[in-house]
Amino acid sequence: MIDLLVIPLIKIVIVLTGVLITVMYLVLLERKVQAWVQVRLGPMRVGPHGVLQPIADVLKLFVKEDITPVRADKVVFTLAPIIVLVPAIIAFAVIPFGDQVSIFGKPVPLHIADLNIGLLYIVAVASIGIYGIILGGWSSNSKYPLLGGLRASAQLISYEVAVTLTFVSVILASGSLSMVDIVTAQKANGVWFAFVQPLALFIYFVGALAETNRSPFDLPEAEQELVAGFHTEYSGMRFALFFLAEYANMIVVSAVATTLFFGGWLRPFPSVAFLHFLDFVPTWIWFVVKTFLVLYLFLWIRATLPRYRYDQLMRLGWKVLIPLAIANIIVTAAVKVALSD
Amino acid sequence: MERDVARPMFDTDELVINMGPQHPATHGVLRVVLKLDGERVVDADVVIGYLHRGVEKLSENRDWTQIVLLTDRLDYVASAAANLAYVETVEKLLSLEVPRRARYIRTILAELQRLASHLVWLGSHAMDIGAVTVFLYCLRERELILDLFEEYCGARLTYNSMRIGGLPQDLPPNWDKKVLQFCDIQLEKLVEYETLLTHNRIWLERTKGIGVISAADAIAVGLCGPPLRGSGVVRDVRKDEPYAAYAEMEFDVPVGTNGDTYDRYLVRLEEIRQSVRIIRQALGGLPEGPVMGKVPRLIKPPAGETYHANESPKGEIGYFIASDGKSTSPYRLRVRPPSFCNLQALPQLVRGHLVADVIALIGTIDIVLGEVDR
Repeated sequence: MIDLLVIPLIKIVIVLTGVLITVMYLVLLERKVQAWVQVRLGPMRVGPHGVLQPIADVLKLFVKEDITPVRADKVVFTLAPIIVLVPAIIAFAVIPFGDQVSIFGKPVPLHIADLNIGLLYIVAVASIGIYGIILGGWSSNSKYPLLGGLRASAQLISYEVAVTLTFVSVILASGSLSMVDIVTAQKANGVWFAFVQPLALFIYFVGALAETNRSPFDLPEAEQELVAGFHTEYSGMRFALFFLAEYANMIVVSAVATTLFFGGWLRPFPSVAFLHFLDFVPTWIWFVVKTFLVLYLFLWIRATLPRYRYDQLMRLGWKVLIPLAIANIIVTAAVKVALSD
Repeated sequence: MERDVARPMFDTDELVINMGPQHPATHGVLRVVLKLDGERVVDADVVIGYLHRGVEKLSENRDWTQIVLLTDRLDYVASAAANLAYVETVEKLLSLEVPRRARYIRTILAELQRLASHLVWLGSHAMDIGAVTVFLYCLRERELILDLFEEYCGARLTYNSMRIGGLPQDLPPNWDKKVLQFCDIQLEKLVEYETLLTHNRIWLERTKGIGVISAADAIAVGLCGPPLRGSGVVRDVRKDEPYAAYAEMEFDVPVGTNGDTYDRYLVRLEEIRQSVRIIRQALGGLPEGPVMGKVPRLIKPPAGETYHANESPKGEIGYFIASDGKSTSPYRLRVRPPSFCNLQALPQLVRGHLVADVIALIGTIDIVLGEVDR
């Protein structure tokens, strides 16, 4: 009973609050990092160095008027942000945050569920979020959101292909679809998959930028072109849900990158014996640190690069990334067959 | 039943979207009605007039010195340039001799203004294409220029920094050293912008081959300033019809070859370098003497009319002024604003491009609505 219900429930609550708080502070971190790059200070007024800014933001969004345009499709308009947010959050169910820990002598694994098709689950869940974006853009019954929604759907679907293909090469390397097994495979191999599959990592990262609508691929919400893209007509809490989902998605893709390519909860150089003293650091700390390093890359890129144009983005996806990803799979498979003989 | 041949199998509607007058990237209150086929622009219709204040009519009821204030409000990112062109036109009407020192200082102010205007342009243009950081870097340097102007005339945006016949005051002490210091900083920071943009693949893909206009077309549509030079036409009022102290300055007129957005970008960056060069020369050879010529108490130009043009950061700014010789205000004042003339090319530039390019192209022609609408 306790194993089946109570412990998973506690974990769900912890992960859910953890994710929401991380999202709030990720927004602050982004504003701070951007500000530092751009010789500004960033938020400074709410609390010392603006540490309470996220709370003020959330409060503001809560009390703001929530407008539904008269000609919008009301049911879909309300549903869309929920469809975007829920998959972003439930994707955390299969992410292993750390190795087993023992609490009161009871071994507790630091993940909510170890699905044997964990990676497939993430792909499946992530693609549901796209519906929310398309529906949000369409149901607003307004031109800019419609254009934003169209851009988003085209972009997300094409980059989904490239990203999923990189998963295949990781699966070939690890021999499993389970997120936990992928990490243990990296331990057994003694090397992170980032070094085994550098090309896959690159494609995954570019694809992840595009899938989370981040700069330089933030076309669906390109402020200078489409006002705010698919969520132009959204305000108040419903806008906040889209916002939350975007940042939750960033955390998901960074966590997946960490798990697949950077050894998940493993310490750096898991096979080097004299670095054993690093083991005193709890495994989940390694995971969080690595995830934030990946997230930092997202922020850094946003502060540096201009934006791609829609057709260039599609060309990059279909003509460069997808062929590369397929070639990578073929080479990986060939090497694997050659080595197993 | 025979199918109507003219009607395609799929029903494709053109989507008309209204960009502006409230839009984050139309640089003020520009409104562009875009006819789209998917994301491709079929046609664009520029609607202006949202910032019309009747500057030309107002000046018929102001005396000659008061009009300098009105010219401040034309191109509010480069008001010194508009001031200069106006006072020079009136001086031409009056056949006034301006002291050499005043002409040198005017040149310095005009070039500092060009730097400030180009920095705002570069920043907002880059930001429209998504490079937000460049914007803040550019404004950081512009801030220094505004400080210099503030020290000279007390204002930071609308300077009222010229007088008919000269300048309101001489340079403050040590101002020239600060300007030279700023010149060094500017050249150093220019490299910083260039590392972010000039060889950036995304920047190249977004600007190369976008909004190409040939030299002949550029002349036909009446382009002026950097957009004209971007198409390879060597035309710079500072060189062709020198005013202020430009005849005594040594500088190059950069021109592009392809007439695309990237060339216009390169032309303006090079102009920043040339401006620094002019400022250094002018400060180096700054003559002594008064800064105000012999101006009659009551400015009342003889009856007649004249046209005089300057090279403002945006292009050729000209004033046509008619005086009836009796009143203390112009009989008619007409501004030839570079932004207005350059904006005419927009529909031609955007046709066939994507929505995202429209933004880049509004940026590349560098308009200020205060000047377009007057």
